[in-house]
Amino acid sequence: MKKITQVALAVAAFGVVAGNAQAGTLQDVMAKGHVQCGISTGVPGFAFTDDAGNWQGFDPAVCQAVAAAIFGDASAVKYTTTTGKTRFTALASGEVDMLARNTTWTFSRDTDLQFEFTGVNYYDGQGFMVSKDLGVTSAKELDGASVCIQTGTTTELNLADFFRTNGMSYEAVPIETNDEARTNYIAGRCDIYTTDASGLAATRSTLDDPSAHIIMPEIISKEPLGPLVRHGDHQWGDVVRWVLNALITAEELGVTQANVDEMAAGTNNPEINRMLGAEGDLGAMTGLPKDFGHQAIKAVGNYGEVFERFIGPSTPIGLERGLNALWTQGGILYSPPFR
Amino acid sequence: MSEQQYAPGTHPDLKPPIGQSGILFWLKKNLFSSPFNVLLTLVTLYVLWIIIPPTLNWAFFDAVFYADSRADCRELGGGACWAFIDKRIGQFTYGFYPVEERWRVILCFVLFLVAMLPILWDKTPARRKMLWFSLAFPVIGYWLLVGGFGLEPVETTKFGGFMLTLVIGVTGIACSMPIGIALALGRQSDMPIIRWLSTCFIEFIRGVPLITLLFVASTMLNYFLPPGTTFDLILRVLIMVTLFSSAYIAEVVRGGLQAIPKGQGEAADALGLNYGKSMRFIILPQALKISIPGIVNTFIGLFKDTTLVVIIGLLDPLGIGRASLSDIKWAGLAAEVYIFVALFFFICCFSMSRYSIYLENKLHTGHKR
Amino acid sequence: MTDATALSRPTESFSLSKLWYDKKYRSVILQMIAMAILFAAIFYLAGNAVSNLEKLGKTFGFDFLSQPAGYDINQRLIEYDSRSSHLRAGVVGLLNTILVAVCGIILATILGFALGVMRLSPNWLVNKLSYCYIEFVRNVPVLVHILLIHGVLVTTLPKAKQALNVGDQFFLSNRGLYVPKPIMEPLFYLVIATFVGGIAYAWYYRRQARIKQEKTGAQSPVFWVSVGAIIGAPIAAFLITGMPLAWEIPELKGFNFRGGLALKPEFISLWLALSLYTAAFIGEIVRSGIQAVSHGQTEAASALGLPRGRTLNLVVIPQALRVIIPPLNSNYMNITKNSSLAIAIGYMDVVATIGGISLNQTGREMECMIIVLGIYLCLSLIISSIMNWYNNRIKLVER
Repeated sequence: MKKITQVALAVAAFGVVAGNAQAGTLQDVMAKGHVQCGISTGVPGFAFTDDAGNWQGFDPAVCQAVAAAIFGDASAVKYTTTTGKTRFTALASGEVDMLARNTTWTFSRDTDLQFEFTGVNYYDGQGFMVSKDLGVTSAKELDGASVCIQTGTTTELNLADFFRTNGMSYEAVPIETNDEARTNYIAGRCDIYTTDASGLAATRSTLDDPSAHIIMPEIISKEPLGPLVRHGDHQWGDVVRWVLNALITAEELGVTQANVDEMAAGTNNPEINRMLGAEGDLGAMTGLPKDFGHQAIKAVGNYGEVFERFIGPSTPIGLERGLNALWTQGGILYSPPFR
Repeated sequence: MSEQQYAPGTHPDLKPPIGQSGILFWLKKNLFSSPFNVLLTLVTLYVLWIIIPPTLNWAFFDAVFYADSRADCRELGGGACWAFIDKRIGQFTYGFYPVEERWRVILCFVLFLVAMLPILWDKTPARRKMLWFSLAFPVIGYWLLVGGFGLEPVETTKFGGFMLTLVIGVTGIACSMPIGIALALGRQSDMPIIRWLSTCFIEFIRGVPLITLLFVASTMLNYFLPPGTTFDLILRVLIMVTLFSSAYIAEVVRGGLQAIPKGQGEAADALGLNYGKSMRFIILPQALKISIPGIVNTFIGLFKDTTLVVIIGLLDPLGIGRASLSDIKWAGLAAEVYIFVALFFFICCFSMSRYSIYLENKLHTGHKR
Repeated sequence: MTDATALSRPTESFSLSKLWYDKKYRSVILQMIAMAILFAAIFYLAGNAVSNLEKLGKTFGFDFLSQPAGYDINQRLIEYDSRSSHLRAGVVGLLNTILVAVCGIILATILGFALGVMRLSPNWLVNKLSYCYIEFVRNVPVLVHILLIHGVLVTTLPKAKQALNVGDQFFLSNRGLYVPKPIMEPLFYLVIATFVGGIAYAWYYRRQARIKQEKTGAQSPVFWVSVGAIIGAPIAAFLITGMPLAWEIPELKGFNFRGGLALKPEFISLWLALSLYTAAFIGEIVRSGIQAVSHGQTEAASALGLPRGRTLNLVVIPQALRVIIPPLNSNYMNITKNSSLAIAIGYMDVVATIGGISLNQTGREMECMIIVLGIYLCLSLIISSIMNWYNNRIKLVER
């Protein structure tokens, strides 16, 4: 009966994939020939379309790295745009293979919604941005303010908790998209814009006079953002996890997009050799080609380069590395070893 | 008594008396016929004076048509920054459809117009043969857009912009018509169970907003499929939109069916025509003719409602605009995006409503005063 | 069955072909098939849903409604804070939906009737202007209207610190419109009682006047008496009881205005957009309704010597209403349904609360969507039944 219906559906429809959501995502992906990746509908620096109409940014870079690791081709990735509301359904139903969409790793998302977070590609926290003319220096002085928030996120819950614990009142202005929130903030519909500090910096960079706005020192929550996959398919989870770790380790060991080709030929450092596939065959252990690390780094560069290209200090967004610096440089970015 | 200079009946028409014709007369009659009318005219002129010059300044005289970023725009002029639209027109039109494959979208659109011609215009040469093409068009169009069978396959996640609007609108319109007619007949049928089912379905769909149905499509529909089956999101949206508009079409057609005198059906029965024949040859042609304006209005409504897909993350023109506004170069040009999209819809829907008026006049056999 | 006599004697025996060619049997068969398909489909879909939910480890139930919602809502008609339950959040959202729908219906009706009359105006400019307005507004999606109006409002209105100030009582800024909030004192209930009594008296007087007119033909000043009873008497009562009403004036404290009644820009823009959009449709309905009343009617009324006002009141409008009311019903339903687009600009209606944030925080898509769909169905039913009741009242009673 099931077979018949599936066939009937396949005849009637142009998008029916009779995939297997429990196991074997990697096999499915290889059979399809591309990674289906869920991203946001647009956050400056993290996901945006360029003039040529390609998705670019810090989040798509992760997808591109995964695609490169599997196929040796960074363009073997297809994007599904999701809103804060639709993202989890898209992943749970198998519509996308992975989600790289500034999503916070939380207990309930891991257990109740049944997703596996495969690492953290940005350690974030919720902050506040205000305009300098308000003369506010601390988030404790915000009693009675109007606050723009993006709905469908952990943000609104954190905000309610923060104001409640400090015994302050506020007016929440819930907004669907970053762009709407920005419009409201500029117009002065809200005094404050609150979201993850990275998003604040991104938004601030798009204002006419970024220096007229300050991001307050208080960070009121922990928001570890990272790529996630469905529970229950450990092999696929490992693929995404170790591709991300490869980018981080590459930065730590000084492997860059420019020198990865010559390093892949063999170096004195056995860990680099293992990661780039010059020594041993780590890739085979999780069903990937031998040179998966090499391909991923060649496609997008190491973590530091990706960061620098889209959101680093030299971009208009101008995020400092801060917590996201390597553990050797005062941050907390720490990848397990490749061995 | 005077000498007759003309043969009877050949006297040329004389001009109307002075003050009964010409521009002054028209002005007096239409704008200044009474004190109240004068007041109305002056108020209206004042309103126009407030609205039109600033709008024109913003949209044309101070607008910037060619620039590379919003900052450039601001340097060049204080008005609208149409350069953004100009730079992104490809995305607005095709979404993320691969550039080298875009000819397929254009071809599909042209073929669509060709297919529509015999349906819309009854003087089309070789209309019967053309209608066969119109029937085959959905298959051809589908093949052109999605690919396969010798064409590069393009997955539906790359659909976007005006093309997506047209795909959803046209598919919804084409598929909802037969379903709507079937539902209307079901609601009129004398089999209680079928009538009851149709009524329930129609009233349920008409009672809820489309956006909630789209949420159902995007978040819940997968629960009702066998485990491990996933549907393309666009397909789910198409199904929902089709069901949604078929309920409305059903109501319009039902109105048409109710307007047909009972005698028509009885006469068809008397001739020994069975249900199918009497519907096909007698009842439906008349009923559909009556309900054409309503059907076109439903289509216009459906076409406008396609914008709602932006709320579930599909990138119709509004969505493309928003995704583009996340590019730091162009952030903050929301008004331009909305106005541009509004113009597109205005052109499409206004032509549809004009066509509906043309049809109404053509089919109008009543007496107008 | 094949012998020649069968032709002359119609048999009552049953044959299989009868099942299809006999209308009675056929309809039964068809209905049985339909039911079978329906039950099979329900069974199949429900089975899938159960197995899928099981696989995801989700349960189906509405117990989550009693858990604290954890988020705040900035526009509420009843007490609510982030510790209230999801159920209460849903109620707040529902009240917001009803509020914007009712306000939208009222404003759209007024504007729509004005537009319809303007479309019939002999003044060429007014006529063309209203025509352009109707065509332009009708042919642009309502979502674009909402986004555009919201954008225009928040970007062009002044900030809170520079709010337009009218007599230190009314403040208009992009934080919304703040007006003094009336606070009732105990004696104010007398005024309300007078008002209710006034309505009852006006209704009674109208009935008496009609009976009197049918008996004697004399007309009574129904309109003025009604105005006196409904508006005048409460005002008098208000003054006699010594104005038992205090006003809470909004004032700027810190970031925002405190106190008073606030209309938030999200509400205003949604309300305006829905009203302006639907008014265009209602305008067309009103125009065609008035045009549907044949000239003979007005001519006959003039021939009887009825003055213009009474002609409109007694002849044209009642007949036009018969044409206008049914399509108005669907437009009112459209306003209610379109109010769900509030989600695009952050007005917290029922879709944004239960179907939005609550859905997201709890991951209960199915239950939340069932609630939202149910709510809209009920609202549509209520509007439909009110309009149908009214329609039946004014319907042409055929002999």
